[in-house]
Amino acid sequence: MTLPDLPALWLTLRLALTTTGLLLLIGTPLAWWLATTRTRAKPVIEALVALPLVLPPTVLGFYLLIAFNPDSPIGSFWLSVTGDTLTFSFAGLVIASVIYSLPFMVQPLQTAFETTGRSAMELAASLRAAPLDAFFTVAMPGAARGFVTAIVLSFAHTLGEFGVVLMVGGNIPERTRVISIAIYEHVDNLAYAEAHTLSAILLGLSFIVLLFVYAFNRRFPVHAH
Amino acid sequence: MWRKPPFQSCVIKPRIGLAGAMLALLALFPAQAQADEATIAVASNFRPVMAELETVFESQTGHDLTVSVGSTGKLYTQIIHGAPYDIFLAADEARPKRLEAESQIVPGTRFTYAIGQLTLWRPEGGEISPEALAAPDLRHVAIANPELAPYGAAATEVIAGLGLTGQLEGKLVRGENIGQAFAFVKTGNAELGFVALSQVLSLEDGERGARWDPPQTLYTPIRQDAVLLKRSADNEAAQAFIAFLRGDDAKAIISGYGYDTP
Repeated sequence: MTLPDLPALWLTLRLALTTTGLLLLIGTPLAWWLATTRTRAKPVIEALVALPLVLPPTVLGFYLLIAFNPDSPIGSFWLSVTGDTLTFSFAGLVIASVIYSLPFMVQPLQTAFETTGRSAMELAASLRAAPLDAFFTVAMPGAARGFVTAIVLSFAHTLGEFGVVLMVGGNIPERTRVISIAIYEHVDNLAYAEAHTLSAILLGLSFIVLLFVYAFNRRFPVHAH
Repeated sequence: MWRKPPFQSCVIKPRIGLAGAMLALLALFPAQAQADEATIAVASNFRPVMAELETVFESQTGHDLTVSVGSTGKLYTQIIHGAPYDIFLAADEARPKRLEAESQIVPGTRFTYAIGQLTLWRPEGGEISPEALAAPDLRHVAIANPELAPYGAAATEVIAGLGLTGQLEGKLVRGENIGQAFAFVKTGNAELGFVALSQVLSLEDGERGARWDPPQTLYTPIRQDAVLLKRSADNEAAQAFIAFLRGDDAKAIISGYGYDTP
């Protein structure tokens, strides 16, 4: 691989890891709440979470371009706190990716919690476990498969992200030039050899990641009840 | 049991794009070989001009034009893969030259139809000078990707000519094309941008903000070349449009949009 593309690969991995970590923190309580709530607003929240699955990334990217600009409330707040803009920055890409990959974290977790969660939690509660304690010792281990699926899918989905980054990234080397953008640029520039190398890396990486999920799901099959 | 909706959506989500789908559709309906129709592939920056040229040309000649818009690089790739275009209006001279070298065009039909003008632009009014680029509190300057777009390459030349290459490193944000560079400035995400004069002139009078036009000595002229593609050597409408494009009526329209003409 040509050396100029190494930073793009590294940046992509960093973006996917950071995004997945943040999504784990945000998605776990959200999925748990969705799995256990009895509120009538649940379908609304579920629809909102699923939106990135159906919206073209360009729609999200366009709205973020508007929302991130330094004169907007969000953009100016971020600028005053960090001294950096949200557009054209790694932080901006992370926020965009968290929104973009949210359903990939929340949906598998919610399903896992719904399957194993409530009865086990009620049992734990009857044994006088505090709710938080019960969550960490009963619900989370019970949803291990859901967690593996959610983490891997969020990671893989962020790896392949393109449209949103294209809209708000500004293609800055080592800050926002991710691997998919680099491939796009190579193809447009007729540099097919570089495009081939990067594409093959992304293809291989994605396959290995997905293979991991399926192999894991085979080893630990869920017994539907 | 997990229903795996994310997986399915991964597979289903269309990545081919509208252009690909339309090409596939076109392949189902082979060309009718009617001599009074022509398909023009146009670089995106020239779209507004092309719209007016099309109207005038069609009313003058009775021929019927179909216009397909895209980036020069993508249109080039489509052409070498057999896209059914008759004429290619590129945003540079490199791709048409390449088609010429690959014998994809009717010999002798490559010519410059417009010369792009670069401008340094911001949406707020007032005066603007090159010194604005040296302001210490300047955060972002938008340019088109110099690797892909002639306007981006020209912007890089101007910045180098002003001796600001080092100073602006890290402040340059690159749009995929000149349209995206323009959007970065228009939405307020970058304070300044090197855009096409034609883009600024296409705005309403009150929205044109402030601009500085770098002297032509600072950058290589942005020649936009047209070619008649080989498959269309006998297409009357295509030949008529090439003649029209070289004529004074077309030149007057083109310069009205902020381009020079040869």
